[in-house]
Amino acid sequence: MIRASLKSLLARRVRLLLSTFAIVLGVAFVTGILMFSDTVQRSFVALFDSTVGDSVVRPVNSDVAQQGAVFSTQTVPASLQPDLERLPGAARVDGMVSATGVYVLSTGGKVVGGSGPPAFGGNWNDAPAGHGLEGLVILDGHEPHGADEVVLDESTADRAGYELGDKVSIVTATQTLDVHPTLVGIAGFREGGSLNGATYAAFDTPTAQQLFLDGKDAYTVFWVTARDGVSQEELTEQVAAALPEGYEAVTGDDAAEESAGPLLSGIGFLTTFLLIFAGIALVVSSYIIVNTFSILVAQRSRELALLRALGASKKQVIRSVQLEAFAVGLVGSTLGLGLGVVLAMGIRALVSSIGLDLAHQPLILAPRTVLAAFATGIVVTMVAAWLPARRTGRIAPVQALRDDVALPESSVRRRLLLGVALLAAGIPLALVGLFVGAVPHNGWWVGAGVLAVLLGVTAASPVIGRPFLRATGAVEARAFGPMGRLAGQNSLRNPRRTTATASALMIGLTLAFTVAILGSSAKASVDKAVEDNFIGDYVVSSAFGEGFSPAITDRMAEIDGVTEVLRQRYGFGLLGGDEDDGLSIVATAPETIGDFHLKAVAGSVSDFADDTVLLKEDWADDHDLGVGDTLEVTLPTGAKKWRVVGVVEDSPLVFSPVLTTTQTLLDSGFPDQDNYVVVFADPGATGLQERLDAVVEDLPVVTVKDQQAFAAEQRAPIDRIIGIIYGLLFFAVVIAVLGIVNTLALSVIERTREIGLLRAIGVSRRQLRQMIRLESVVIAVLGAVLGVALGIVFGVTLMYALRDQGLERISIPVVQLVVFLVLSLVLGVLAAVFPARRAARLDVLRAIAAD
Amino acid sequence: MTQEGAVAARVQHLTKTYGTGETQVVALDDVTIDLMAGEFTAVMGPSGSGKSTLMHCLAALDTADSGSVMIGDQELTVLKDKALTRLRRDAIGFVFQSYNLVPTLTARENILLPLSIAGRDPDREWYDAVIATVNLADRLDHKPNQLSGGQQQRVAVARALVSRPRVVFADEPTGNLDSASGAEVLDLLRRSVDEHHQTVVMVTHDPVAAAYTDRVLFLADGRVVDELRDPSREQVLETMARLAA
Ligand SMILES: Nc1ncnc2c1ncn2[C@@H]1O[C@H](COP(=O)(O)OP(=O)(O)O)[C@@H](O)[C@H]1O
Ligand SMILES: [Mg+2]
Repeated sequence: MIRASLKSLLARRVRLLLSTFAIVLGVAFVTGILMFSDTVQRSFVALFDSTVGDSVVRPVNSDVAQQGAVFSTQTVPASLQPDLERLPGAARVDGMVSATGVYVLSTGGKVVGGSGPPAFGGNWNDAPAGHGLEGLVILDGHEPHGADEVVLDESTADRAGYELGDKVSIVTATQTLDVHPTLVGIAGFREGGSLNGATYAAFDTPTAQQLFLDGKDAYTVFWVTARDGVSQEELTEQVAAALPEGYEAVTGDDAAEESAGPLLSGIGFLTTFLLIFAGIALVVSSYIIVNTFSILVAQRSRELALLRALGASKKQVIRSVQLEAFAVGLVGSTLGLGLGVVLAMGIRALVSSIGLDLAHQPLILAPRTVLAAFATGIVVTMVAAWLPARRTGRIAPVQALRDDVALPESSVRRRLLLGVALLAAGIPLALVGLFVGAVPHNGWWVGAGVLAVLLGVTAASPVIGRPFLRATGAVEARAFGPMGRLAGQNSLRNPRRTTATASALMIGLTLAFTVAILGSSAKASVDKAVEDNFIGDYVVSSAFGEGFSPAITDRMAEIDGVTEVLRQRYGFGLLGGDEDDGLSIVATAPETIGDFHLKAVAGSVSDFADDTVLLKEDWADDHDLGVGDTLEVTLPTGAKKWRVVGVVEDSPLVFSPVLTTTQTLLDSGFPDQDNYVVVFADPGATGLQERLDAVVEDLPVVTVKDQQAFAAEQRAPIDRIIGIIYGLLFFAVVIAVLGIVNTLALSVIERTREIGLLRAIGVSRRQLRQMIRLESVVIAVLGAVLGVALGIVFGVTLMYALRDQGLERISIPVVQLVVFLVLSLVLGVLAAVFPARRAARLDVLRAIAAD
Repeated sequence: MTQEGAVAARVQHLTKTYGTGETQVVALDDVTIDLMAGEFTAVMGPSGSGKSTLMHCLAALDTADSGSVMIGDQELTVLKDKALTRLRRDAIGFVFQSYNLVPTLTARENILLPLSIAGRDPDREWYDAVIATVNLADRLDHKPNQLSGGQQQRVAVARALVSRPRVVFADEPTGNLDSASGAEVLDLLRRSVDEHHQTVVMVTHDPVAAAYTDRVLFLADGRVVDELRDPSREQVLETMARLAA
């Protein structure tokens, strides 16, 4: 029996090839997506792991300044170093100087990296990172010495167009730094790996102290490296005990987690999406495999029936099918794993071209990925083979031996019932999530509902699709004559196969449409928010909201045609000193508070003075604060108490719930810098943009934007994420189309005899090709129509679910959707090329003799 | 439709071999035959004697190594695939041993398939005549898997007849049928010759079937070794016995 099934496997080489291909495709898809997703996450965390030592010594509250992305003046004095070096657990102690907002200008005078990843500056040293990880090393050239030498990381030097020996322009948003040292070294990670697009410029320690720490003999932090056998915790305990008041020690692991935290939650959406996408990859892959095997077994049913007629038991037949599936699954999974790696490389390259720099990031093949690959390849294949084999087992051998096997209609009805049940469960679930405010986790309800609807439609698709197939069949018969009618009938003959193939495309397109609507709506919502919030005529801001010199604002105020400037500064503190309760603070000068046109709900805006705050109404209510109360915040210089003098209505002009004065922020340890300036102009003023630009000419990070430019900038991060998602979806659709090619090719093989007969009675090769093409188009159109409908419903549903999170505009990108649709039809026609050619080439006599 | 006495199909010095060297098989060995219009011809011979090969070459389904094949006055050996396809569609009808109907189509659609492929409307009178002859009026809307073997084969014969081909070839059309169903099919072929002057060539192993025909050709090892006119079952049996000896 085993030999019989292995023999039958080898006897049908093309079939074997195609079914293996389906598995390879599915497994590659799952593998590729998982690898890519692991790599993306690792790349973010890796950056932080290699930027901390075993134990990190820092001023208390320095994480406050760090989280606010505002340059902190807090340091640790160099005099601590000898005490730390004497600790029994310490192998070495290195003082680190680091600053953000240190921009490298390209040879063209532009900021490298634009408004994306952070820009670091610091002192060069060879301190090992935590757990003995090797940090950046000099790949080319030498370490920097003296005020005129700098080292850049590889990717930055590359992007900026600098070579060793060139003069490098390095600036900060304030005018405090504008230097032109010589590039003497290129740094990088030895095993490859990248800074994810961040830039890094390193000087020798005295120079770094001079540039970033006002020349103090101090460091931003110390890295203490543990001796062999000393754990990070033990070391950190020793270090903490040796530190004077005002400084703290944290383990490298904690520090890395702290600094990676905000970024990871920032890309949390992407991470979640990648996970969901991996799940979808699994579903689509399973489809392709199940489909292929349902065709194969239908085709083999006669052979199986013969075995049954010769006395094999049902069990034996099923076991032989399973054995075959196992063998094919094993081979397919192994090959698929390999192809998956290639696929992940492809996605990485694609994504890198969109701007997420992963090119140097080694791909990660986690054990989980291998497990998922083989689980998909073998388990899904075995289930896929078992389902139709069981069906074959239900029909009498004699019946199966007849020319063509009519499969029991009841299973189709069962599928319909299952589909209806899923829909009946999914729709209310989604509705409850959408409209009943009281239930917890609305998002989960909606998500579960949407998934149930998707599966329901898929399950019921043979029935849902039937009228559609009838209609297209009729259209094709009218338009293309007898071959059109044959094509229509072929699609209808096994609606389960047709619709299952279409389902793969349907899922791909559903996703594409959903995401397109989400993306387009997110963009529209940003535009609307900008429209609502934009007052004045121009805004002056820098890449990350970092500050710039107030002198800039002063000069702008003096330009002809400028009627007024409104300054804002940003700060960041912890509410009541609670680590998890970060609070952003906006500050402005008391003289200009009137320009915000704030409406006081309680207290008075005119009482606004140093050490007082105005609070936004909602936030004040949430935190139970009113006029006369005290707001306690922890800032870089320590805890502060501010008096609440007014509660005001929400205003889009004020970016945070707490508004204080410029002087108050200065006193709290924040630098003397403006972050955001609104410029009001005379309606008649011309050429103002040029004159304003001239003021910031020497400050490449500071830009002057009108409303349109501002909106475009706000949208940039969204565009980037959407780009990544589209890249992935593209692969999904490609896989779906390859699945269609595979299914069509199989259905051609399955119908070899019939095709031979058609040729024998005078059907020309051209007519045959046309027939196969038309079948493919029907599948593609069916998948596309279902995908479009579901995608629009899901997109709008999800947008509605997210309406509270600032995505209040629903926009349907019609042009994009039409392009998707047309593309899928074109792909449908292309999918038929190979199978159609194969059908046309069949030798008539041999085809008729085939079984 | 064809003139009595005219040649409907003709092969001359037809030779076909399969394989090379030791495994070489001569399937047809210098065969020359004239098939008369309006005649019902049977081709008989032991298994492997080249009967199917001969039919396939005649029906433009296969090509010979050398020699000529003519349908009417058209020489087939010079035609390209496109022209051969057209010829199969318009001038030849073929009935296979295993029915070979398109499973998605009803009996009626199967019968009309060659015409609809050619984009021709059926000649109403001829179509009715064919349907009447095959005696299937109440089964026309059934799919093949709802029909018995005999019924399926009669549909296949009707399909072969419907385009009014010059010649209908049938390779063991009753091979898969019981004797009653086989008789129906043979009767049908006989009547198409008698009533519609159709030319029919049929391969068979069955002396009873051969007795329905006007002429029997005996093949052995790829050669025509004997011939009978207006045969009876006994004559056929006798000739078969003589050739086997
Ligand atoms: N495709 C083929 N390849 C090799 N040999 C073949 C092929 N078709 C037929 N033959 C051989 O040619 C001879 C004649 O076959 P065929 O015409 O089918 O005989 P018949 O129909 O009289 O039984 C046989 O010996 C057969 O084995
Ligand atoms: Mg034969």
